[in-house]
Amino acid sequence: MTKRLVIIGNGMAPGRMLEHLLEAAPDHYQVTIFNAEPRVNYDRIMLSPVLSGQKAFEEIVIHGDGWYIKHGITLYKGHKIVAIDREAKTVTSDHGVTEPYDQLVIATGSVPFIIPVPGKDLPGVLSYRDLDDVNAMLLAAQSRAKAVVIGGGLLGLEAAAGLKERGMDVTVLHVMPTLMERQLDPAAGYLLQKAVEERGIKVMTKANTKAIVGNGKVEGVELADGTVIPATLVVMAVGIRPNMTLAKEAGLEVNRGIVVDDGMLTSDPAIMALGECAEVGGNVYGLVAPLYQMARVAAAHLSGDPALRFTHSETPTKLKVTGIDLYSLGDFADGDDRDEIVLRDASAGVYKRIVLKENRIIGTVLFGETSDGAWFGDLQKKGTDVSQMRDTLIFGQVHQGGTGADPLAAVAALADDAEICGCNGVCKGKITDAITGKGLTTLDGVRAHTKASASCGSCTGLVEKLMTLTLGDSYNPAAVPPMCGCTDLGHDDVRRLIKAKGLKAIPAVMQELNWKTSCGCAKCRPALNYYLVCDWPDEYADDYQSRFINERVHANIQKDGTYSVVPRMWGGMTSSKELRAIADVVDKFNIPAVKVTGGQRIDMLGIRKEDLPAVWGDLGKAGFVSGQAYAKGLRTVKTCVGTDWCRFGTQDSTGLGIRIEKFMWGSWTPAKVKMAVSGCPRNCAEATCKDVGVICVDSGYEIHFAGAAGLDIKGTEVLGLVKSEDEALTHIVALTQMYREQGRYLERIYKWAKRIGLDEIRRQIMDDAERRQGYFDRFVFSQKFAQVDPWEERVSGKDKHEFRPMATVGYAQAAE
Amino acid sequence: MIWTSIGTINDIPRRGARCVATPQGKVAVFRTADDKIYAIDDHCPHKGGPLSQGIVHDAAVTCPLHNWVISLETGKALGPDEGSVRTIPVRLDGDNLFIALGRLESQAA
Ligand code: SRM
Ligand SMILES: Cc1cc2nc3c(=O)[nH]c(=O)nc-3n(C[C@H](O)[C@H](O)[C@H](O)COP(=O)(O)OP(=O)(O)OC[C@H]3O[C@@H](n4cnc5c(N)ncnc54)[C@H](O)[C@@H]3O)c2cc1C
Ligand code: SF4
Ligand code: FES
Repeated sequence: MTKRLVIIGNGMAPGRMLEHLLEAAPDHYQVTIFNAEPRVNYDRIMLSPVLSGQKAFEEIVIHGDGWYIKHGITLYKGHKIVAIDREAKTVTSDHGVTEPYDQLVIATGSVPFIIPVPGKDLPGVLSYRDLDDVNAMLLAAQSRAKAVVIGGGLLGLEAAAGLKERGMDVTVLHVMPTLMERQLDPAAGYLLQKAVEERGIKVMTKANTKAIVGNGKVEGVELADGTVIPATLVVMAVGIRPNMTLAKEAGLEVNRGIVVDDGMLTSDPAIMALGECAEVGGNVYGLVAPLYQMARVAAAHLSGDPALRFTHSETPTKLKVTGIDLYSLGDFADGDDRDEIVLRDASAGVYKRIVLKENRIIGTVLFGETSDGAWFGDLQKKGTDVSQMRDTLIFGQVHQGGTGADPLAAVAALADDAEICGCNGVCKGKITDAITGKGLTTLDGVRAHTKASASCGSCTGLVEKLMTLTLGDSYNPAAVPPMCGCTDLGHDDVRRLIKAKGLKAIPAVMQELNWKTSCGCAKCRPALNYYLVCDWPDEYADDYQSRFINERVHANIQKDGTYSVVPRMWGGMTSSKELRAIADVVDKFNIPAVKVTGGQRIDMLGIRKEDLPAVWGDLGKAGFVSGQAYAKGLRTVKTCVGTDWCRFGTQDSTGLGIRIEKFMWGSWTPAKVKMAVSGCPRNCAEATCKDVGVICVDSGYEIHFAGAAGLDIKGTEVLGLVKSEDEALTHIVALTQMYREQGRYLERIYKWAKRIGLDEIRRQIMDDAERRQGYFDRFVFSQKFAQVDPWEERVSGKDKHEFRPMATVGYAQAAE
Repeated sequence: MIWTSIGTINDIPRRGARCVATPQGKVAVFRTADDKIYAIDDHCPHKGGPLSQGIVHDAAVTCPLHNWVISLETGKALGPDEGSVRTIPVRLDGDNLFIALGRLESQAA
């Protein structure tokens, strides 16, 4: 019989535990989770990027709703457990739900410590722990007013940097003489303070908070010396306490945290505890790496393998503030039995210090240049005797005998059990095994299979070097051709950095990514404009000066400088009224040529630029919108007559084609996108050479993609078969969005698909419902801003200057 | 030199261009990102493409028809291509723009 496993708290530790458990023993338990936070499991570490705007909350979700459904797990969101009845073996939530358990897991995390000063309960005083705190801070930041962060540790500084990014005037108050004194020595603390101040954040050390003042809401912070610092928002980030109230009330043994043995069992064998609330071997933890180890141990025990035991290890501290590189591990207090090696490079802002005891490293502080962190950490963990390399130790691994100054050689020299990803405890050997064993060729692949660099991401560079080493030339990110002469970065790097650094304007991209020209060129500017339109649909203001003329004036330029105009004819259907309107426009403006295009619609060629707005005005009155025949965007959806008329038709191919075109028109894509829907495999709409095509069959809709019929000729690949028209639409939209997010500018779908791999695309679109829905939702969101008829906008006066000369001169003088 | 008023700097978008119609054909007036103004014939030395419709970057424009890059300062094609287009003197006085059509006017008169 399956046992009932109940979990209190849905944070990072139990989330990871469930992943291990589902892998080892998928059917052992009927799982129920109660979470006081009203949401799914997310990456709490990444709240700071959400606060600063580098990531959206959706991007940091670890398990979406679909995951719980797929694994048959019941998740009570917003239910706080208020009592554990160990006799009856039940737990009860504040909403009155009582759930029996065979095995209980307590994972209630920590509670932020609030300094007991007057005014601590005033509205406007926040802690920094969950998404609600972030949302409250974002709301406060809208006023662009003053914020005070109490606490100059990891959390406080991340909060301060985020609030500053959001436009607030921020002061950090820290009670000790230097910042992050528990992880950094005073020299590094000083450099950190300088780096923080350079971002425009004020720092006050030795600042002892006496009270928070204000009438009905926060107005300032008063220090022991009487100074009052005005503020409308106060964030307290002075430390955390294991959340053990519930366990204590239930009579479990508690000390600093809930006491558990090295198999995660509490004093009651039916109850386990893990995460920040648990105390193992006298230690409590506040970084994810040891918590993930607890998760592994707990899962092993739950699946019936008691051999795995928790062992203490130290975790390096890194600060996730873009541009501040800091690494610290171990103990660096001075002492008679200790030796130290220090390296400073003031101009580069670099400081490195290694503390040795009996020729072994016991502490490492790196500031400004942290790439050797993993290597030092490994020497420290293994207790390696470093007397042989003492003289060159501080210069890092590349300067050690024989390996030369090659950063790759440094990674090559790491032992197989050297830890690469601190957050997830992934060692070098595991990554190389996964690359060779599973045939991985992309960073995303390695992340998916090993979790290396999937949490805070600071080891991405190391993982990439390992890939280069393992795959040789077939993986060489450096060999990626640059976008253009203005940069050394390739398209993928630029796209990644736009997202990671939250760059929302072309000048910002050029500045942050060190563009070599002041204003780009005709190659990079349209590409950057597309990437920004795609990534920030609601925030980015389209830069028309960076668009090719056709997209700027919404018509196709001809060899003689005139333009052609192609209105949409949805799915190739038209009517006498539409045809009459076209005929009238052709006569009225003396349009020299009218042609039926290869895309099932009508082209009017040879129109003078000055006439364009008037031509569109008349076409608009007849209901036409732009056919975007000029756009790197959705062009045509060709259809055949389908069940409406054809004796072979199996589905309403015309209807589906029109539906797709009406849903997707206006969207910008890396290169043009053409689609077609055929009513049966005779394929009269030529769907099997399109970017995306549908072949209707009796049992449903066969979706095709990655065809080509221009410069290259290539039949499509099958994405998969779906049963309903609705599903066909969702899958096609999701596929297009995936391409929008990953494609390089001017790369057609068939080239993109070849690069990404057909199977990967099928996996993401056909098999992963949650991901598909994510793509779909993002497409729909961006359509809110894209689906505006550009012709109508211009008829109403937008960009008037484009269509008129600024002056007419010379003629009058000639007449005089 | 006779200066003819053609409007103000605000009539031209940054990194953009506008045309001025003259009896001898269109003149393209460019405004760069740092507000420098240039005027050249709106006629690409390659196959006559309308340079005013191109993408403006630094002090150069890329022709919309076949991507030649023309220097706004000298009117010469940059890179491997050879050819040049006439440059026309421009003057910025406060916000007001003037071009010197000298030769053109005398021809017209
Ligand atoms: C009008 C039309 C030809 C016609 O008279 O039928 C046409 C006209 C042009 N095509 Fe096309 N293509 C037209 C259907 C096609 C098709 C057939 C189709 O869509 O079913 C193809 C093959 C399928 C494909 O897209 O690959 C096609 C493959 C191309 C290509 C090669 C693209 C490639 O990646 O292989 C180019 C060049 C490019 O885009 O860089 C191109 C480019 C062009 C341009 C835009 C050339 C240019 O850059 O100025 C032509 C613009 C003429 C104008 O001003 O209207 N045209 N072109 C067709 C308009 C369809 C529409 O209603 O929107
Ligand atoms: C802003 C921020 C940045 C961080 N950065 C890093 C970093 O860079 N590196 C690093 O290693 N660590 C970092 N951490 C720490 C890391 O996030 C935590 O160590 C980790 O999330 C703890 O996991 P957990 O499962 O123990 O608890 P949590 O993830 O805190 O989850 C506990 C959950 O239990 C719920 N809960 C509590 N009581 C009850 C109850 N009675 N009933 C039901 N539910 C309950 C809570 O609502 C909460 O959702 C950071 C933390 C924060 C807040
Ligand atoms: S095939 Fe297309 S691009 Fe070539 S001349 Fe014809 S319309 Fe123009
Ligand atoms: S006409 Fe300008 S490049 Fe050909």
